[in-house]
Parts: sequence; structure tokens; C-alpha cells
Amino acid sequence: MNHSVNQASGSALAKRIIPCLDIKDGRTVKGTMFENLRDAGDPVELGAFYATQGADELVFLDITATVEKRKTLANLVNKIAHHINIPFTVGGGVSAVDDVNILLENGADKVSINTAAFKNPALIRQIAKAFGSQCVVLAIDTKQAPDGEWYVYLNGGRVATNVKCIDWAAQVANEGAGEILLTSMNHDGTKAGFALDITQQISEKISVPVIASGGGGSMKHFADVFTIAKADAALAASVFHFKEIAIPDLKEYLSNEKIHVRF
Amino acid sequence: MKQSNKMSNKIVILKYNAGNIQSVLYALERIQIEAIVSDDADLLAAADKVIFPGVGEASTAMQYLKERNLDQLIINLKQPVLGICLGMQLMCNFSEENNTNCLGIFNEQVKKFTPLDKQQYKVPQIGWNQIKHLKTNLFEGIENNAYCYFVHGYYAATGLDTIATANYEMDYSAALHKNNFYGVQFHPEKSAAIGEQILKNFIHNI
Repeated sequence: MNHSVNQASGSALAKRIIPCLDIKDGRTVKGTMFENLRDAGDPVELGAFYATQGADELVFLDITATVEKRKTLANLVNKIAHHINIPFTVGGGVSAVDDVNILLENGADKVSINTAAFKNPALIRQIAKAFGSQCVVLAIDTKQAPDGEWYVYLNGGRVATNVKCIDWAAQVANEGAGEILLTSMNHDGTKAGFALDITQQISEKISVPVIASGGGGSMKHFADVFTIAKADAALAASVFHFKEIAIPDLKEYLSNEKIHVRF
Repeated sequence: MKQSNKMSNKIVILKYNAGNIQSVLYALERIQIEAIVSDDADLLAAADKVIFPGVGEASTAMQYLKERNLDQLIINLKQPVLGICLGMQLMCNFSEENNTNCLGIFNEQVKKFTPLDKQQYKVPQIGWNQIKHLKTNLFEGIENNAYCYFVHGYYAATGLDTIATANYEMDYSAALHKNNFYGVQFHPEKSAAIGEQILKNFIHNI
């Protein structure tokens, strides 16, 4: 097997596989449809394990932060930064430039913002100006309404808005977001495949990289989100945490499907 | 890989107003290399190796260095120096990023990426790209086409000082070398095992 000639599918950069570690009280958890949390281990250990397995990046989301008005623990971020040799994003409850500063100072490479950016879009530009667009990951939770249109949801999916996902994505890119982390609430936790429809719309119309999230259950789902929906990265949690898909196997599969991945 | 606990090298990471300095320190810790972060002229002069990291904006960083005479200090260093990302770019002649005169160690201009295919080549480039045409001991044990993590909107073209290239619609310098000065455009501190090997090579083989 020769990985070194694996310059396939015309993509400039390797498509990224990103395990997401939802954090509560210093432990990783994963909800199904944002409810029903299960414990999947120590975030630092699990993150380091994924890095050795070939994960391209990691995302740590403090899932209770927004609701409980609690800031992501800077100490945990610092511990992660000491132990992990790949880039990582931290999110949850980030609502001001100072919050970002604390996370970056403790070693985070990127910070994800969601509800706070929706309520105050100027925050995106402020963070991008202070620290660069490359560290601003704009997380969007979206849900498809019966009319077929995708709308933005806030507060971990509990609060509906009448703003269309595609319009909000265009605005955040314009404000200086470096990447969009797009989670389909219709798909999250289902393991029935990523939301190809909205992911493709955003990948093709918006000029920043898109990380697709929600619904990855089989290796084919990952191939589809890269080839059909043109995502730059795919994020998943339970399929990795519960060893249903091993990252080395997934990359081998994608490579055989002529998708450009890193080994 | 065998590790020595004895520190034969005094490694100083240059402290200035740029991000990612802690990340470099932590990366060295992970490979059992002690280092200190400082902008003290005496400590820098006495160092065996100096690392000049950086994530940030060129003109702001150069202004900061000049105000503290760190610009003169850097160009007069005689020990091996490794610039990372913005650090490497600041070691070139000039950067188009806010039209900044830089340190002039590498005879290169730093230009903005202006890809023709904007869908395929987004700017800044953020992600894992492959390094090729590897030269010098900095890349000992590293295979052609190894993946490294890049985050940048500006690049140095390929030239006489190029010791590695990457491709982002066109070839550009992934690493530069002149005399005791080395620079890498990617982030070895975030490039998994490959990055760790490159940092080890800089510390132990140069």
C-alpha cells in the first residue's frame, strides 16, 4: 500500500476527520438528538488517543456552558494543549473577546461560537480582528422545517429562529468567520448519514471551509459528505467514542474511494 | 525513539506579541525538550538554539520587534534559529501583509495567496498539506509528501533558499534555509508525529 501517491479527487487539502468530544464536568458525553447523555471517558486521554489514530483535528464542546452561563474550563484546555499534538477547537459559552483570549492563551487553536454570535454578529469581526479569522469557528445548529427550508436554532437547539441557515452562513463568512461548523439537528444522533442537502448548499455558496456534523454512522456517510456535499471536514462523536468506526479504517476506506485524506 | 533527559541544548523561544508561543513550548515538552520563553537579549544570545514562532499580522509584529530592538538581535544571531509560520515570513525581505519591511534574512518576498480557483483554494489556507523536495537535516527521516498543518494567507515563493515546497494551486516555499537560519511555513508544533520529528531534528541534528 502506498499512501504517498494519494493525491486524489482534486481537493487541495486533505479532507479532515474530526472527532468531537462533548464535555460536561470534565468528562466527555454524547447526546442523542441533544438529549440522553452518555459518558465516554476522559477528554484528554481520549483526545490524545484520537490524535495517534490519525484524527486531523479535535473539537471540544462544553455542551452545558451556554445554558448554565458557565465558561469553558481554561484548566482543561490547558491540559489538552499540553498533551495533544494536533490542532483543536474549543467551544461552549463563548460570548466575548475576553473569553476567546483566555481559551487561546491556554493553548486552544480555534474557538467555536454559536448563540452569542447570532445575538451579536459584531462579535465575529471583533474576534477575527483581534486573533485572526483562522481561529473563529462559527457553529450553526440547523433544522429543516416541514416546508423544506433550513432554519437556525440557538441554545443547543432549544430555541428556534426565523433566520434561514444559508443567510446566516453568508453573513458569518462576511463578518470574518474562518470556518463553519454545521450541525443538522434532524440528523444528529441518528447515524443515518449527514445532511447532504444543506451541507452542499453551504459548501458551494459560502467561501469558508465547512465542517459537516450530525448523522455520520457509516464509512459511506463520510465519503458522501465529502464527494456529494463537498464538505471540507466531517465531525462525529459516538461512532468514534463507541468504536463503531476506527479512524484508520475510515481513512483507508476514504482513500480507496479516491478521497484525499492524510495518513 | 530514545530520549535523553540531560539537556545539552539551551533552547529559547522568542517572546513577542504573537500567538502560539505556548503551543511551541508544550510541543517541546511532549518530546522531552526543555525550553524557556524570553525576550531577554542576554538569554537569547546565550541560547544554543532559538525558536521564533508566530501567528499574527506582519506589520504589528515587526513594529513590536523594532521597538524593542529585537529585529537587530534576531538578524545577528549566530546559533541555529527556527522561524515558524509568521516567524518564517518575518525573516524574509518584505511582506505584502500591510506592506511590511521585514528582517531580510531570506531573499524572498511574502505575497498574498490569490488563487484563480477560489472554490478549491480558500484563503487563508487552513489544513493539512504535503511537503515535498525536502532538503537539509531538518527533514531527516521525513518522507516526501508528508502531511503538515498549515494556517496562512500569505506565502513565500520558491527560490534559492527553499528547502521544502508545498502546493496550493502553485508551488511555494514550505521551508527556507540560509546559513544558521531555518524557517517553516507550517506548524510543526501542531503537525502530529511528523512535526515532532522536525522539531527533534532542529534540536538534535542542526
